[in-house]
Amino acid sequence: MSEQIFELKGNLFTLSVLHLFSADTALLSKQLDEKIAQAPKFFAGAPIVINLSDVQDEALDFSFLKSMLSGLSLNPVGVCNGSQEQNEIAKAAGLSVLNYSQDVKGATAKQQTNTSIVEKTVHLPAQVIHGTVRSGQQVYAKDRDLIVIGAVSHGAEVISDGNVHIYGTLRGRAIAGAKGYNEANIFCQKLEAELVSINGSYWISDSLQGEHWGSAVQIQQKNDSLEISALVKG
Amino acid sequence: MAKVIVVTSGKGGVGKTTSSAAIGTGLALKGFKTVIIDFDIGLRNLDLIMGCERRVVYDFVNVINGESNLNQALIKDKRVDKLYILPASQTRDKDALTRDGVERVLNELKKDFDYIVCDSPAGIEAGAMMAMYFADEAIVTTNPEVSSVRDSDRILGILHSKSKRAEEGLESVKEHLLLTRYNPERVEKGEMLSVEDVQEILAIKLLGVIPESQAVLSASNSGQPVILDSESDAGQAYTDAINRLLGETVDFRFLDVEKKGLFKRIFGG
Ligand SMILES: Nc1ncnc2c1ncn2[C@@H]1O[C@H](COP(=O)(O)OP(=O)(O)O)[C@@H](O)[C@H]1O
Ligand SMILES: [Mg+2]
Repeated sequence: MSEQIFELKGNLFTLSVLHLFSADTALLSKQLDEKIAQAPKFFAGAPIVINLSDVQDEALDFSFLKSMLSGLSLNPVGVCNGSQEQNEIAKAAGLSVLNYSQDVKGATAKQQTNTSIVEKTVHLPAQVIHGTVRSGQQVYAKDRDLIVIGAVSHGAEVISDGNVHIYGTLRGRAIAGAKGYNEANIFCQKLEAELVSINGSYWISDSLQGEHWGSAVQIQQKNDSLEISALVKG
Repeated sequence: MAKVIVVTSGKGGVGKTTSSAAIGTGLALKGFKTVIIDFDIGLRNLDLIMGCERRVVYDFVNVINGESNLNQALIKDKRVDKLYILPASQTRDKDALTRDGVERVLNELKKDFDYIVCDSPAGIEAGAMMAMYFADEAIVTTNPEVSSVRDSDRILGILHSKSKRAEEGLESVKEHLLLTRYNPERVEKGEMLSVEDVQEILAIKLLGVIPESQAVLSASNSGQPVILDSESDAGQAYTDAINRLLGETVDFRFLDVEKKGLFKRIFGG
């Protein structure tokens, strides 16, 4: 008998929830399009669950809704808080029916007539690493800033969805705004990096070896390129 | 309580076996009952450097496999009281070391010894992992060159994340930097990294700086750990390192280019 080549287990994932206050799909399409235009990379391919708690009595065309969301490069994966009937139609359209206990009836939201996306900025504390990140190690601060109190060695990689702060020498690779965030920064006390990257723009060591090599810097994204400036001015 | 010290590096040929022999012998000279274990299965050269290769009957793998008991395999050093060697096998392959087997042997040794010095093979494969997994302290042996420093950095990362102490969330493995084959002339010429360069990158406490020395070659050719050559620069540098390991503060020697006298300049030194 051959060895089992997989493992099946439960896990928790963060999904975005699209809470509908109206069944007007045309208006929804327009408003969503505007919203996404503000931060396209953030939403690109994002798995979305549609919360139906405020439109349980409405007739919704899930196939249409699904293709409309896909067209906006979102990835609809399921529905929650729908009526029995809606759940059946959603399933037939290839969506999962998910259990969701919170916000079952948005009492105040009911009064709103047009569709809107409720966006919450969830603040996660930075991840702090005490000591050197060594060659061969990788640290990923998901959805938060990363602070390294020490150096990042050659062959080490530090990644953050927010900013990267290094209180030491950056000799390895640093990646900020990894999921797409153009205001992310990389700060380090001494720049000797193999690679720096922000929101998809990157520079390798060769391009970094200018006036700021070996000094304390801030690296930002400007006009789809990177800009390095001295951290201590004057 | 017995201490397990691994002598490790990542890179080969940097002086791990030379250092294991010197440090093990140095600890025994200080009166601690010490065993040096050769983890380099298949290569076996600790016994050569210790000059006991003709006395090997049973080895580490025999003990793990239950083919001999510890007392049959341990070789007592003829020069230094309280010093023992557990040799590696020349004939087995590296997979002969199992984690359970190694742990069993270490636990048995701990009952009887003060220090257990593990001479690690090169690389970051199973054999090297096995040598460092159970360590309480690590002596990271490094040459003053870029590739050696990078490999040592890698090893420090592994000690931090994959040792038994790391996995069980205990106090982390105590790390020491041992800079070996240090050649002040080549450092001065910029051909080698300086002590400061290496320390800045690795950021761990410096245990010793062993100069590149003819005495090491003569010592290993005659099967004698270099620390027993108390006249030699390398022997003295290892003794200094032992004293630091035992908590003393000792000034560093042999860091600068020796000013050659007229005699040496004419006849070479
Ligand atoms: N301080 C030193 N000066 C000169 N040669 C040295 C020194 N230390 C080690 N060597 C030599 O380097 C070679 C490799 O040493 P060894 O201890 O076997 O390294 P490893 O165990 O790390 O592979 C040997 O030939 C040894 O004699
Ligand atoms: Mg060796």
